[in-house]
Amino acid sequence: MSDGPEGTLSGPGHRTVELALAAFMALFALVVIGGSMQVGFQWAFDGPQAGFFPFYIGLFILGASIVNFWHTWTEVPRDQVFASWGQLTQVMSVVIPSAIYVVLVSWIGIYVSSMLLIGVFMKWLGRYGWPLVLLIAVGVPVMTFVVFERWFLVPLPKGPVEYWLGF
Amino acid sequence: MEELGNLFHGFAVVLQPYNIMVMIVGILLGVIIGVLPGLGGANGVAILLPLTFSMSPTSAIIMLSCIYWGALFGGAITSVLFNIPGEPWSVATTFDGHPMAQKGQAGEALTAAFTSSFVGALFAVIMITLVAPLVAAFALRFGPAEKFGVYFLAFCSFVGMSKEPPFKTVAAMMIGFALASVGLDEMTGQLRLTFGFEKLLTGFDFLIAVIGLFGIGEILLTMEEGLSFKGRSAKINLKVVFQTWAQLPKFWITSLRSCIIGCWMGITPAGATPASFMSYGIAKRASKNGDKFGTGEIEGVVAPETAAHAAGTSALLPMLALGVPGSPTAAVLLGGLLIWGLQPGPMLFVEQKEFVWGLIASMYLGNVVGLLIVLTCVPLLAAILRVPFSIIAPIILVFCAIGAYSVHNSTFDVMLMMVFGVFGYLLKKCNYPLAPMVLAIVLGNAAEESFRQSLLASQGSLTIFWSNWLVGSIMGLGLIALFWPLISQALSRMRPRPVTT
Repeated sequence: MSDGPEGTLSGPGHRTVELALAAFMALFALVVIGGSMQVGFQWAFDGPQAGFFPFYIGLFILGASIVNFWHTWTEVPRDQVFASWGQLTQVMSVVIPSAIYVVLVSWIGIYVSSMLLIGVFMKWLGRYGWPLVLLIAVGVPVMTFVVFERWFLVPLPKGPVEYWLGF
Repeated sequence: MEELGNLFHGFAVVLQPYNIMVMIVGILLGVIIGVLPGLGGANGVAILLPLTFSMSPTSAIIMLSCIYWGALFGGAITSVLFNIPGEPWSVATTFDGHPMAQKGQAGEALTAAFTSSFVGALFAVIMITLVAPLVAAFALRFGPAEKFGVYFLAFCSFVGMSKEPPFKTVAAMMIGFALASVGLDEMTGQLRLTFGFEKLLTGFDFLIAVIGLFGIGEILLTMEEGLSFKGRSAKINLKVVFQTWAQLPKFWITSLRSCIIGCWMGITPAGATPASFMSYGIAKRASKNGDKFGTGEIEGVVAPETAAHAAGTSALLPMLALGVPGSPTAAVLLGGLLIWGLQPGPMLFVEQKEFVWGLIASMYLGNVVGLLIVLTCVPLLAAILRVPFSIIAPIILVFCAIGAYSVHNSTFDVMLMMVFGVFGYLLKKCNYPLAPMVLAIVLGNAAEESFRQSLLASQGSLTIFWSNWLVGSIMGLGLIALFWPLISQALSRMRPRPVTT
């Protein structure tokens, strides 16, 4: 990974992202502390309550994120780039289809959504011809079906298409 | 010797035809996982864990541990031929491995890498065979306070020894503990930190975290770097192999030193990656060809590969003997034990002899089989790497989703995996270590339980952790590990500066 300052590339500042991450962790810590206080974090007559351990864990996270926030604030230079916009576009081109994919899995099952994911990926990012796209996009899920459902007897999520086919 | 008898019994188990087949399949899958960017030992084993649900625990652990050996071997191929480390622990192998390939000595470099891996693993397995039963027998005497002490030591060594800033390690680790505590509290039967979400009742499964953090996170990182594979081709034939083997005995000191560094770093949960770097660094300083390191020295391949493999293998020692995994992959294997209904820890050596010694025997055989497979299959494996990432990436995503789903048959977990993936990408970019977070999710409940049981026994007084020499010295070691950076600084200041560097 190249974290060095790259003057020519523009993108979100590394400092901003890291500060936001530390702040998010502090927020998470507050949620944990709040949740532990809800169930009781003290010493009951029969020993520590359910929130006892997480309460102190929350305090640790809070303390560490404050230190991390401070270190980032004082030490990370302002001109350091987190990743260039071009790189982030690349990353988002995976994140967005995959995010849609994981939601689709619960609706239409894993096989059909996998075909769509592989197909979209190969066509959109790889720009392959249709024969190859279809071969892999259909072939991989079908192979997965044989290996998981038939050989290893592991059921995977199915949707309307599979029911219609009678599985 | 009782152990020797047990070991032979273990070999008898492993040599059953079904188990041999499982072993070969495991190694092949593992090498492929090691070669592919975005799939590593930990998430590879996690994704393939569901395949083992219908197997017996012994066959299952043989398959999974062989996947792990395969992944360790596979990492070297991409480092040497493509200058892309398939695994973090093969980064140091690229320093001299790839220059060798550029000089047309790819075959020699690969042979040296595989053979050193094998030597490192063999050393570690012999050590496990001899030491693990003793450690386990000793650990049978541990009460809750000592158990907590061992967890404390493991986590403190992370903070003290990782190359990431200590407070980032603490933050990552504690987030892991917090995630582990979500759901039903087993001691009071109360629900906590679920905030009314039904999906959170069962808590966060670490396998989902592993697949997300390591699998999806790694794909995102690879995407960002926009990899274009420009590889060298390698020809390995028997002549090259034997020529290289004839050269290797020269480096026996480097090899032995790397074995020891690897074993040490593997048992303390520092892991294979720092072991390989440290071993490379020391070999560079100690070797008389040190100034030529980086230009394609065979010794520069031997040192990191031996240490990485020794560390990767010996990480299983604390997992087997104490129930504390030494690496994320060992943690996934431990998660597997729980799923198959086995209780990891010292009792394993008493109650599940066949399982433990079957696993140890499979380490010997698996590494021999692994060496033969990688030596013969290099061209085939290099061809896999030439498949463009835009085809590989969605297929890896699909397999991650399948792995995440089949842990609890829940599509919610698949979405959770994606969230962990993006989180893992951000953490990695901001220099937070992922391994302690994963180990904390795995061990969180056990650590909390031993902590609370100890406090119950002492009526809430923390002095129980110093109440006898055994727990006191474990906790003391933990504190030393925690503050090791400060201690080593102080020590080097006290000592007069050495004249030669």
